[in-house]
Amino acid sequence: MIRTLAFFLCLISTSAHSESMKLAVTTSFHNSGLSDVLLPALLEETGLEVQLLVVGTGQALRLGRAGDVDAILVHSRADEDTFVTKGFAPYRREIMYNDFVFIGPRSDPAGITKAAGIAEVLSHIFTSQALFVSRGDDSGTHKKERELWQLAALDTEAFGAWYKAVGSGMGASLNIASALNAYILTDRASWLNFGNKSDLKLLFSGDAELFNQYAYLPINPDQNPHVNADASDILEKWLTSARAANLINAYKINGEALFVFNASK
Amino acid sequence: MVELIPIATLKDVNVKRRSKTILGTINHDLESAGFTIVLGPNGAGKTTLLNVLHGVERLSNGSVNWASRDHAAREEQAFVFQRPIMLRRTVRQNLAYPLQLLGRDKRHIAASVVDWAQRAGLTSVLDHPAPRLSGGEKQKLALARALIRQPKVLFLDEPCANLDGRSTREIETVLREVSAAGTSVIMTTHNLGQARRLASDVVFLLNGQIHETNLAQDIFNAPKSPEAKAFFKGDIVE
Amino acid sequence: MNEIWAGLLAAFHLIVTLDGDLVEITLRSLQVSLSALAIASVLALPFGTWLAIRRFRFRRATIATLNALMGLPPVVVGLIVYLLLSRSGPFGVLGLLFTPTAMIIAQVIIITPLIASITHQAMRELWAEYHDLLISLNTNNRQRVLTLIWDGRRALLTGALAGFGRAIGEVGAIMIVGGNIDNATRVLTTAIALETGKGDFALALGLGFVLIALALLVNFAIHALSRTERHGTW
Repeated sequence: MIRTLAFFLCLISTSAHSESMKLAVTTSFHNSGLSDVLLPALLEETGLEVQLLVVGTGQALRLGRAGDVDAILVHSRADEDTFVTKGFAPYRREIMYNDFVFIGPRSDPAGITKAAGIAEVLSHIFTSQALFVSRGDDSGTHKKERELWQLAALDTEAFGAWYKAVGSGMGASLNIASALNAYILTDRASWLNFGNKSDLKLLFSGDAELFNQYAYLPINPDQNPHVNADASDILEKWLTSARAANLINAYKINGEALFVFNASK
Repeated sequence: MVELIPIATLKDVNVKRRSKTILGTINHDLESAGFTIVLGPNGAGKTTLLNVLHGVERLSNGSVNWASRDHAAREEQAFVFQRPIMLRRTVRQNLAYPLQLLGRDKRHIAASVVDWAQRAGLTSVLDHPAPRLSGGEKQKLALARALIRQPKVLFLDEPCANLDGRSTREIETVLREVSAAGTSVIMTTHNLGQARRLASDVVFLLNGQIHETNLAQDIFNAPKSPEAKAFFKGDIVE
Repeated sequence: MNEIWAGLLAAFHLIVTLDGDLVEITLRSLQVSLSALAIASVLALPFGTWLAIRRFRFRRATIATLNALMGLPPVVVGLIVYLLLSRSGPFGVLGLLFTPTAMIIAQVIIITPLIASITHQAMRELWAEYHDLLISLNTNNRQRVLTLIWDGRRALLTGALAGFGRAIGEVGAIMIVGGNIDNATRVLTTAIALETGKGDFALALGLGFVLIALALLVNFAIHALSRTERHGTW
C-alpha cells in the first residue's frame, strides 16, 4: 500500500533538473526584476538552475534554518549575523547594495522633500500625523524602518491610527500605500518596478542611513547534510564574478540604475 | 394427507417497542402446507412477525430456530414489502441486482431477467426507470426480483394492500404458481377474501398473539377460538 | 472599471496568443487540482457512504468533526503540511517540499472533508430509502457502499465538483508548501497573488478571468459527460 502510494506520488511530482538548487530571496529583491536578468545568464554559463522562493525575510531565515533551501539572499544585517553565529550559515557574503527611499503622496502633506535629513523626515511625518504604511512583518525593510524611527527618537508603540502596520510583503504594502495615498519606506528597486504607483511619488532619498546591503548566505552543510552545497558554491562564485558585476551594475529601470555591486574577492 | 413443511420454531418470542409489547409472548412451531396466510386485523403484529422470521427485526426476548438449515440462511429467503422499494435504475437492472450480488455470470443473469420479466408481465417496460412505474407494476417487479433467486421461503407483507383488482389478481396468479412449484409462501393479509382464495393453512394473529392455526378449510369452516370466530364474522376491524 | 476592462483584454490576449507561461501554469493548476480531486474522491466517497450506513458509538462525534473540518483554514493546513514535509520535519527525507506533490497533498487534506460531508448527507437519504431492501437481500457492507455510490452518483458528482472548485481557487496552502517557484510550482492562483503584489492588476485580473473560465469549463465538461448516460430524472 505504502509502496503504491509512493510510486504514485513520484509519478506526479516534477522531475528534478540535473543541477538545481533552491534559493530563498526576499520580496524586496524579487520585485526589482533583477532575478529575471541574472538567472538566465547563470544557467547559460554554469548550467545551474536556481529555483527562487520569494518570501519575507523572516520566512527566508526560517527556511534556511530548516534546511528547506540551499542558500538565502536577504538584507537584514542583524539577523544575518545572528544566523551565522548560530551556525546555520558558515558566513555572510555581501553581493550588492541599493538604497531605501521614502515614497508619499504627490502633494506631500508632511513636507518631507525639503527635509535636511532622515530625522527631520520622520519627525515631519509624525507631527503631521500623515498616513504611513509600515511593513510590520519583521523583514529587512521593516527592521530598517524601526531603526530610523529610533534615530529620530520616536516610539512606534505610541503612534496613533495614522501608522498602519500591514504585516505584508513589499508589493502588497505598496499596494496598500497606493490605495490609501500614504507614505511608505521601500527599497528603490521595488519602487521602480512597481506597477500601481497611482498618486505616489519618490519624495526623499540619499541619506547615508538609507543604505541597503544584500548578502548571500549558503546554508551550512554540516548542520543540514542534504543541502546542495556544491550548487550553492557555484552560485556564490558566479554572483561575485565579473559577469555578475556587469549585469548587476548595468541593470536599469527607466534609465535608472538600481543596484551597486560590492562583493569582495 | 397434506404435507406440512416445518419452517421455524419460535420460543418465548417477544418484541417490545418503547415498553409496549408489539408481539408476544409466542411459543409456536411454524409449519407450512405450501401457502401460509398470516391473517389478522390491522395492528395485530403481522408485519412484526414476518420481520422477526426474516431476521430484520430484533427480538426483545426469545429465539427463532429454523427447522431446516436450508432455509435458515437469508439467501434462501426472499421478502416483498408492502410498499415496494425500487432501486433508482431500470426494471431490467432491478431484476438483475440480486443475481449480481451472488456473482452469477452475465449470460445467466440476462436470461433469468427476461424470463421473470415475462412471467410478471413486465416485458414491455424492461428498460423503463423503475421508480416511474405504476404501483401495480412496482409490486410485480418487487415480486419478480424476490423470486429470481429461487428462494425456498418467500415472505410477503400485505403485497396487494395498495393495488387495484387487476394487479392483485396478477400477483396472486404468480404466487399460486410459485407455491405449486415448491416455494413455501408465507404471506400476511387482513383481507379475508384473499386469504380464502390463496391459503393452504392459516395463522390467525390478534394483538400480538397467535390465537389459532389450522389448515385453511378447517379454520374457515370451523374456527375454534372466539377471536377467530369474531374476526370471520366481521366483528373485529382493528 | 478601467482596470476590469484591462483585465478582460489581458485575459483575451493571453488566451488567443496561447501565451507559453499561461499554458504552463494552467496545465499545472489542472494537474494539481484534478489529482487532488481524484485522490480526495477515492478517500471521501467510500468513507462518507460508510459513515451513512454504519452505526457505531462515536458516530455523531465523527459526523460533527467531519463537518467542522470543512472549515479548516487552508493556510493553516499549508503551514502544518510545510512543517511535516520540511527537511527538519518528520517526512523531510521524502524531499516533497516545494513540489507539485506537496501542493496536491495539502489540497487533498483541504477538500476531502468537504466531499466526505456532502457524500454523507446524500448517502444518508439514499440509505434510508434502500435500507430494508439491501438488508433483506443479505448484502455485506462493501456491496451496500458500492450500490449507494453508484445509484447516488449524481449527488456525489456535485460534491466532487464542489471539492474541485475549492481546490482550483485555493492559494494560501499551496503558496506555503509549493513556494510559487517559477517553472516548477507556480499555478494560476499563486501567479495572480504574485502579479497583484507587483501592482500589475491588469495581468492579475487577466489570469483571474482565465481561472474562472477554466473552472466553468471543467464543470460544463463533467456535466455534459454525465448527461450522455442519463435516461430519466435521476
